[in-house]
Amino acid sequence: MTARILSATIVRVLQQLRHDHRTVGMIIAVPVVLMTLLYFMFDGEQPQVSGLILIMLGIFPFIIMFLVTSIAMLRERTTGTLERLMTTPTGKLDLLFGYGISFGSAAAVQASVAAACGYWLFGMQTAGAAYLVVVVAVLTAVLGVGIGLLGSAFARTEFQAVQLLPIVVIPQILLCGLFVPREEMGTWLQVLSDLMPLTYAVDALQQVGLHSEPTGQLWRDLAVIAGCAVLAMSLAAATLRRRTD
Amino acid sequence: MDIAIEVAGLTVRRGARTVLQDFDCTLERGRITGLLGPSGAGKTTLIRAVVGVQKVAAGTVSVLGLPAGSAPLRNRIGYVTQAPSVYADLTVAENVRYFAALVGADHGAADRAIEEVGLADAREQVVTTLSGGQRSRASLACALVGDPEVLVLDEPTVGLDPVLREELWDAFRRRAEGGVTVLVSSHVMDEANRCDRLLLIREGQVIAADTPVGVKADAGTDDLDLAFLTLIRRSEEAVR
Repeated sequence: MTARILSATIVRVLQQLRHDHRTVGMIIAVPVVLMTLLYFMFDGEQPQVSGLILIMLGIFPFIIMFLVTSIAMLRERTTGTLERLMTTPTGKLDLLFGYGISFGSAAAVQASVAAACGYWLFGMQTAGAAYLVVVVAVLTAVLGVGIGLLGSAFARTEFQAVQLLPIVVIPQILLCGLFVPREEMGTWLQVLSDLMPLTYAVDALQQVGLHSEPTGQLWRDLAVIAGCAVLAMSLAAATLRRRTD
Repeated sequence: MDIAIEVAGLTVRRGARTVLQDFDCTLERGRITGLLGPSGAGKTTLIRAVVGVQKVAAGTVSVLGLPAGSAPLRNRIGYVTQAPSVYADLTVAENVRYFAALVGADHGAADRAIEEVGLADAREQVVTTLSGGQRSRASLACALVGDPEVLVLDEPTVGLDPVLREELWDAFRRRAEGGVTVLVSSHVMDEANRCDRLLLIREGQVIAADTPVGVKADAGTDDLDLAFLTLIRRSEEAVR
């Protein structure tokens, strides 16, 4: 990895985003619109709404960044730019971290806007600091980027890439404790849930919601999320090949 | 003779099909070598092997004395894929500056490359708004930037009008005179005549490797199109 190439890649991905106003608009607006929906579904009743919106602040960036990244990387493959990059000094990590950092910063904007709306418009309350909510959300988004990069290695077409969502993301949403508290699940479901990184994102947000000071469990959760993001990116790097058939 | 690219015993299989079989060729430094042959002959596969992105079953490919695709080569080689591979959602300038940065060249170099392919007026245009010919020139500019010692171009002039084609070939010639080795595949016989050497391949085999004059003399005709036809027929008869 070289600083020059990494920064050029970050700039390039951000420029691509900048030209795509609609995508930027959706990245920012969609979580807020969905949170509004949630708010009215529960008639603004607290503390249910507050708890749900807090969890959503982890789930939205994860889904959106997973989708955006897996499609972006697939486009690199199908349009031939990836093959071209592989003939330049670009390292695999330059490319992957380039995506991770630029989409991660887009996620930071998204998470900040969503969290601000959560607190000010939808009456969300957390015992812990707001910045911790944003930190968890951004890290979860980076996890989404990492898993998206890895996932795109298993898709040859856009149709396949889009279908990774129900395979990779929905089970994590089902088992993260949003629908049924984890303690009430059967043992095997709990084991599955323990293996899914999104579970730790939701737990981290709930920790911030319940405790005024960062807890040990929060740090553990953050470490797990960051570890999974790095693991996903390393595996993605291993699936990138300079030489192909 | 100064050899820039040497391919020896190269065999490439894609699935069950053998695209290149025990393929040999050498390319001199500072020369333009035209790679010709019908669709499916293995042109793109050979090109991909030279730039080091093709999995090979056997044989060696060396470029500037180094194994093809090895790290020290990656800022000395410019590669244009058959389909224009630039970022459709970036402007021409943003694309070329990105590829400039990858090889350690500056914005000035990017501007010169854009100028060279005749896209100065379209530099701030997003690639999706460009015509097909402009797109392939944008792709070419990304390969020219940073003045690579080896240019590998897979049909870089498809869809361009004759004037532009002329200009680009002048640019290739200037670079070759400056010592750059150019490997260019083409379907256009008029372009073949402008090469220093020709490599005619068919079904993964070299049918002719000579100067355009030599190829024509060998086939006993003045028309390159006809010469290729003759050589292809001759090779078919030899197989029988």
